[in-house]
Amino acid sequence: MPETQTPVKTSCYHCGDECQTTAYQTDLRQFCCQGCQRVYTILSGAGLSSYYQYNDHPGTTRTRNDKRFDYLSDPSVQAELLDYSDERLSIITFYIPQIHCSSCLWLLEQLNRFNPAIHYSRVDFLKKQLLVRFDPQQLSLQEVVELLNDVGYEPLVSLQDIIKKENKAEKGKLVQKIAVAGFCFGNVMLLSFPEYFGLSVYEQTFRHFFGYLNIAFSLPVVFFSGRDYFVSTWRNIKNRVLNIDFPLALGIAVLFIRTVAEVLAQAGAGFADTLCGLVFFLLIGKFVQQKTYHHISFERDYRSFFPVAVQVMAEGKETPVPLSNLKTGHRMVIRHNEIIPADAILLKGQALIDFSFVTGEAVPVSKTLGEIIYAGGRQTGEAVEMEVVKPVSQSYLTQLWNNEAFTRKQDNRMKTFNEKVSKYFTIVLIAAASCAFLAWLPLSLSTGINAFTAVLIVACPCALALSTPFTMSAALSIFDRNLFYLKNTAVVEQMARVDTLVMDKTGTITTGSSIRIELVAELDSLARQLIFSACNNSIHPLSRMICRYLGELEKLPVQDYQEIAGKGITAIVAGHQLRIGSSGLVFGDFSTAKMLTRVHLMIDGNYSGYFGFFHEYRAGLQQVAALSPDYQLYLLSGDQDHERSELLAFFREDSHLFFGQSPQQKLDRIIALQQQDMKVMMLGDGLNDSGALKQSDLGVAVTDNVNNFSPGSDAILDGRSFAKLPAFLRFSKDTVKIIHISFLISLTYNLIGLSYAVTGRLSPLVAAVLMPLSTVTIISFTTLATHFTAKRRKLL
Amino acid sequence: MNIIYFLIGCSVLLALIFLGAFFWAQRSGQNDDLYTPGMRILLDDENPEGDKK
Repeated sequence: MPETQTPVKTSCYHCGDECQTTAYQTDLRQFCCQGCQRVYTILSGAGLSSYYQYNDHPGTTRTRNDKRFDYLSDPSVQAELLDYSDERLSIITFYIPQIHCSSCLWLLEQLNRFNPAIHYSRVDFLKKQLLVRFDPQQLSLQEVVELLNDVGYEPLVSLQDIIKKENKAEKGKLVQKIAVAGFCFGNVMLLSFPEYFGLSVYEQTFRHFFGYLNIAFSLPVVFFSGRDYFVSTWRNIKNRVLNIDFPLALGIAVLFIRTVAEVLAQAGAGFADTLCGLVFFLLIGKFVQQKTYHHISFERDYRSFFPVAVQVMAEGKETPVPLSNLKTGHRMVIRHNEIIPADAILLKGQALIDFSFVTGEAVPVSKTLGEIIYAGGRQTGEAVEMEVVKPVSQSYLTQLWNNEAFTRKQDNRMKTFNEKVSKYFTIVLIAAASCAFLAWLPLSLSTGINAFTAVLIVACPCALALSTPFTMSAALSIFDRNLFYLKNTAVVEQMARVDTLVMDKTGTITTGSSIRIELVAELDSLARQLIFSACNNSIHPLSRMICRYLGELEKLPVQDYQEIAGKGITAIVAGHQLRIGSSGLVFGDFSTAKMLTRVHLMIDGNYSGYFGFFHEYRAGLQQVAALSPDYQLYLLSGDQDHERSELLAFFREDSHLFFGQSPQQKLDRIIALQQQDMKVMMLGDGLNDSGALKQSDLGVAVTDNVNNFSPGSDAILDGRSFAKLPAFLRFSKDTVKIIHISFLISLTYNLIGLSYAVTGRLSPLVAAVLMPLSTVTIISFTTLATHFTAKRRKLL
Repeated sequence: MNIIYFLIGCSVLLALIFLGAFFWAQRSGQNDDLYTPGMRILLDDENPEGDKK
């Protein structure tokens, strides 16, 4: 009986990937690659094997990793990266995308067990950041990074990190303002209660005491917490814009002045409680609006994924050169997994370039010597040497960032509903207040002023100012739950107004990784085995896919194996002559068929068929296509038009399909559409779409992993939610409707208040009740309505 | 009823202390990361003589 040996599938102890061989083994534990094994050895050697006890397979695979960090010894690079540095202490914050479980946290906070020169290391889990303090005299920055790399946590070092740190202080300040406003609000409420319940005659001294205290509490509310409203109003008046801050600032000012006047003149209790409540709620609204995603960056451009420095050959020696100093004529060395930072000519080595960052195309392209390789590609395979032909900022891809779309201020792409309404609101408000003043003036001046201020107080658009932030933040969290991440709340309104969808092809409507493979050949089991044996020797992604397609087969001896870059494989397997590859290699015919990627097979001179590789369209493209005619659909692809007929089924009109577009042409195409009064939503995924994303009214980056690179955009859509795009668009329209309704509700409250106010007899109690009541109504209405519509759109 | 002045003074002082404590916490970065400490507490301290599980 023949002995059958079924290979036992084991998974790597470190990363959990399937082990292809049993070659890597330590302490009876299997590893998938040398990298994982090495991390295990380092960790167990340092007595840190508890790492493996908190989670099963906590590591990330180390198969493709051999980076060099020489550039970190460059003082100018160091100066830019370090948060703080002196003789004895350096502080740096790393961004480490691999952080994902408690084991990561545990290990990274034990760094000083590897090297005592690291005093302190702290993980911020959500931001995936690691703060390290170390002694620069005993340990260089390069060594710190190498240590991290050795234990399997390679930090992502990019120069854009430096820019990222700015907006953190803003939010902290807002929290402090809210704290002060809340503190004062609470105290003022307490001190105002006696007034509402009535004070007896012999308690009148308390009334003054409480009044003065109220003024004291209002001071920080107006001048610290509410300061921004005055500043922004002043700025807007100078620019001749009326926005919602104007009536708000007016309301705050009037409330404060009237309170001070009433208390000092001992004429009444004033409106200190309404004032503090108003500012407090307004700031809460502001806070809610500032949603931040720790793990997502919307502002990425090429700098955030280009390396900080590159190895340059000079006089036979390699030296790291920062990208800003890279000049035409430099001869750079690009190793496996490194990104080519500038357009360059290939001088030495076999280049197999993965352009997935740029185009979204997942299958690497091989290049021949002397060919120009555009910046942005990632070399896979051996180290190559190339000569820079254009400096970094002038390269084919990066020059896109010199376009005015990137320098223009992006604030006012579309006017929000709030901005439009508040202009008229302000005018009506001032008119109403003036009318009340003029109507009462013949009677007495004081009643006139009373009525004037009362109108401004009551009509202060607190509820209006809150309706947008609360609705939008509720909508944002709904989108967030459906893996659609918006940069800020204004994006929802922009989305509601979109009427044209423009899509990139590769990586956006096709998935980057899953490529359908189809065998158009009759192969017997021997032929399968032959092909498997030949392809198994190659690291080319197509060969890998063929191997996976054929499944685990027994390998036959291979002789005369030859891999010709960009063409295919020739080999003699078990006595059979095999040619696998492009039609050029197999038939000697160079008229390349443009249809789709095909790998032809020839065994012993007989043509036996081919493997076809198709890009799979994302699930849900059908639903998105069904959006027309409500939305116009366009396709902008950088590829050639060999899929035109398939795509026509989705996009219907031939004139809506554009192929072979350069990054600049994509941008121009968007401008052309916008000139036809279309509100354009661009969906793209690669750096080549950056210009179009930026130019469009709403740029959406589609990505399969939000932690991975995605170009700068207004929103990031996880590829898995692509099918929900129509629901997202409809939901955004619903959201705007909710804002309109809540605007009506808040107007109703204002009208009720106004009917009191114009009589000139606004009691502090009415104001104090009306303001929080309208606020609570608006907040609960918007939140409930948003959730209800989300359920209706099946987003919840 | 003059005790009210004293009581209000006390309560405001107390509230100010809390406000100050909040400001201190905010400035020293205690509220910057609200997630990681919750994970950190679940990790055991290392036992140098080996695990006695």
